[in-house]
Amino acid sequence: MELILPFLIGILFAASLYLILHRHFFKLILGLIIFGLANNLFVFVIGRLTRGGSAIIPQEDSVATEPFADPVPQALLLTAIVIGFGIQAFAIVLIKRVYQAFGTNDLDDMNSTDQIEEQEK
Amino acid sequence: MILAILAGLLFAFAAPFLYRWLGKWLYVPMALLPLSIFVYLLTLAPAVLGGNPVSQVQAWTPSLNINLNFYLDGLSLLFALLITGFGTLIMVYAGGYLKGNPLLGRFYLYLTLFMTAMLGLVLSGNLLSVFVFWELTSISSYLLIGFGHEKESSRDAALQAFLVTGLGGLALMGGLILVGIAGETFSVSELLTRGDMVTSHSYYLPALVLVLVGAFTKSAQFPFHFWLPNAMAAPTPVSAYLHSATMVKAGVYLLARLTPVMGGTDYWQYTLLLVGGITTVLGALLAMQHTDLKAILAYTTISALGTLVTMTGIGTGPALQAMVVFLLAHALYKGTLFLVAGNVDHATGTRDLARLNRLGPVMRFTAIAASLAGLSMAGVLPFFGFIGKELVYEAALGASAFQWLLFAVVFFSGMVFVAVALAIGYHIFWRSKGEVTPIEHPDSALLYLPPVVLSFVGLTFGLLPGLLATPLLRRATEAMLGEEQVFELALWHGFNLVLGLSLLTMALGYLAYRFSGRLQQHASRFNRLYLFGPDNLYQLLLKGLITGATKLTATIQNGYLRSYITTIVLTLTGLLSLTLWRNGPTLDLADRVQQLQGIRLYEVVLLLLMISGLVFLFRTRSRLTSIAIMGIIGYSAALLFILFGAPDVAATQLLIETLTVVIFVLILHKLPPFRYLTHAGQRYLYILVSLAFGAMMTYVLLLAKQYPMDSKLKSYFGENSYVLGKGHNIVNVILVDFRAMDTMGEIVVLAVAAIGILALLKLRIQKGGKP
Repeated sequence: MELILPFLIGILFAASLYLILHRHFFKLILGLIIFGLANNLFVFVIGRLTRGGSAIIPQEDSVATEPFADPVPQALLLTAIVIGFGIQAFAIVLIKRVYQAFGTNDLDDMNSTDQIEEQEK
Repeated sequence: MILAILAGLLFAFAAPFLYRWLGKWLYVPMALLPLSIFVYLLTLAPAVLGGNPVSQVQAWTPSLNINLNFYLDGLSLLFALLITGFGTLIMVYAGGYLKGNPLLGRFYLYLTLFMTAMLGLVLSGNLLSVFVFWELTSISSYLLIGFGHEKESSRDAALQAFLVTGLGGLALMGGLILVGIAGETFSVSELLTRGDMVTSHSYYLPALVLVLVGAFTKSAQFPFHFWLPNAMAAPTPVSAYLHSATMVKAGVYLLARLTPVMGGTDYWQYTLLLVGGITTVLGALLAMQHTDLKAILAYTTISALGTLVTMTGIGTGPALQAMVVFLLAHALYKGTLFLVAGNVDHATGTRDLARLNRLGPVMRFTAIAASLAGLSMAGVLPFFGFIGKELVYEAALGASAFQWLLFAVVFFSGMVFVAVALAIGYHIFWRSKGEVTPIEHPDSALLYLPPVVLSFVGLTFGLLPGLLATPLLRRATEAMLGEEQVFELALWHGFNLVLGLSLLTMALGYLAYRFSGRLQQHASRFNRLYLFGPDNLYQLLLKGLITGATKLTATIQNGYLRSYITTIVLTLTGLLSLTLWRNGPTLDLADRVQQLQGIRLYEVVLLLLMISGLVFLFRTRSRLTSIAIMGIIGYSAALLFILFGAPDVAATQLLIETLTVVIFVLILHKLPPFRYLTHAGQRYLYILVSLAFGAMMTYVLLLAKQYPMDSKLKSYFGENSYVLGKGHNIVNVILVDFRAMDTMGEIVVLAVAAIGILALLKLRIQKGGKP
């Protein structure tokens, strides 16, 4: 599994980036979600996989015994997932408001603030 | 001397406040400042004139060897007296010229700031502080030229002067640093004795080029002369003070100051002669083509500056003597004439030579000043200008090479000076032809006193040259030559060649004046040449810079999210590939194939589920389907987390995934139908980029897993979670105990997101598009 998951993660990254590069706002959000997922899996896999043994100290012990999963990536992941959710929720509401305000979900119609006007000749 | 500088700064910034207090009497304290510095300098004069330069050191940044040195020798005393003496008169004059202007306080701020900077420049005994004050003069000059900032031409002229002199200042900084490295000191007084060290150093040539660029831009030498006439957009007191008497002479001062350090080589001499010569002739030629009083004066100033540079270039004792004498004479009469032009402008509302007639009787004092200054400019006998001109002629004839060419140059300029002097000193005031130009504002004492004083000073110096000017000018020359000089100024040299040439100049100058109208007609034929002039080149460059910057920004910042992301991803991928390709380890998969053996069926099912989900995601056109697919992918990932010992992560993932799907569905019905908007051609490009990125991430991950993971954190948390944190679930203990502050930050992020969402939902958009 350690050998296969990297390929899955690569596929997820590629798919999400392709979605992000779309002009459609909705696809951009889908891409963002998958991108976050790929990132989480990346961190998870890079910190070694342990089948079975979770990062929990048995009730009668005071010290964890091997094999137990590395708790550090898990702690990082928890934070990342929750923050990722914050961004997703915000983006989803934003897409609705943008459509209400501008009547479009095409990102190319929303770039007027970023373009400088050509000098008047 | 530091007190003088500090007092200047203090007065400058107090000016706007004093203005509220004193109103039109503001000029009194502002004029007292330069006057008291002038007197203070006079108290130092006996020591300096006795041959002992005064030096004061103030530690500033000792670790960088930058001290606030002040060094007063003959040369700096000459300039300092000029600056403060002239400054006093200008301060008085400005009080009359700008009377009633609501911005008078600000004007005095700029003007005093400039005077202080200029004073600091000539008194500095350290190359680096010379540069600092040098830039300060550029900045205050910018503010003064742009004083009439409502007019576009004023702003353009200010910007032009600032860009030209500012760029020159940058070059100068480089040059001064190189000089400092070559001479191993930044102290002026020490450098003065190390000329050989600097000229023989390998940095000499670049240093010379940079210093000369700085000096030439400041002193409006060809091909940088074009900013000076445009700078005449400034109020007249500024033109008289900055652009005739002091600031434009800063370049000349620098050349004079560095003569003992960098001078004496062929490069130095020929560059100065060439540039100075061209400027002298060009300034004189252009002066003849204008009818605006200030433009004429500006071009003759350029010509005079060229002469000063030429004299410095000749570099012999007599030439340097001629240089200082001519400098003083020029400051006196040109300053006067500028003030006269200001008075005429103030009184009649025009500066056009052709429209000004018979002003003498109505503006008597101004007319007297103009005539005296004009006589000095023309080099008529009892005036100081006469001595200056004689010496310049002698110096040109006594040069070691190209005597006659140099003489022709200064002779031509002298001739034009005569014509200009006639036009201003005689033509507009005393000629009996033509109608009287109507006067709108009568002269006032504040306006005519300063030019009258100046012109009489010129006359006095001319009558008593040995008494007043000689000691100072002698020491100034010695400061440049570095050796004792015999220095005798006399009004009457007897009948000799130079006197004859002087008379010839006057005769030809008179002819040029008589036929100036016809000359100007012919001159218009050369107008097409100006298209290739440096002023146009400057405009083209400036325009090109702005268009170029606009184009560049439009390309880089084009507003397309896709192109930003593509750029970021490609850069990342490129840099990673480059690093891995050049010195990265090789990927070794052969040893790890046996890892595949332990694979379970349900794991494979999960993987297939996710990948087929992705495939469907790309094929579907329904939003609801794609949301459902997102759910499948998310739940599969959660199951993966469970399988590999992360139940907490899995629980969170499940929860979040559910919430996301719920929110999506809630929002969904408000959205328009799904459409493919991207062009097919672009799509293939983006697919390639995405694949490259995915491949890169896979490669990096595989490579990272090739090495054993030696995490001390894992064992630390395993041992201490219960002992220190009293919890059996290690992940929980990390989140709420060991790294509790991080979790706190996470909660804040969520709260901010929640507030943002609330704001978005509550936001009501009014008609007209404004929220």
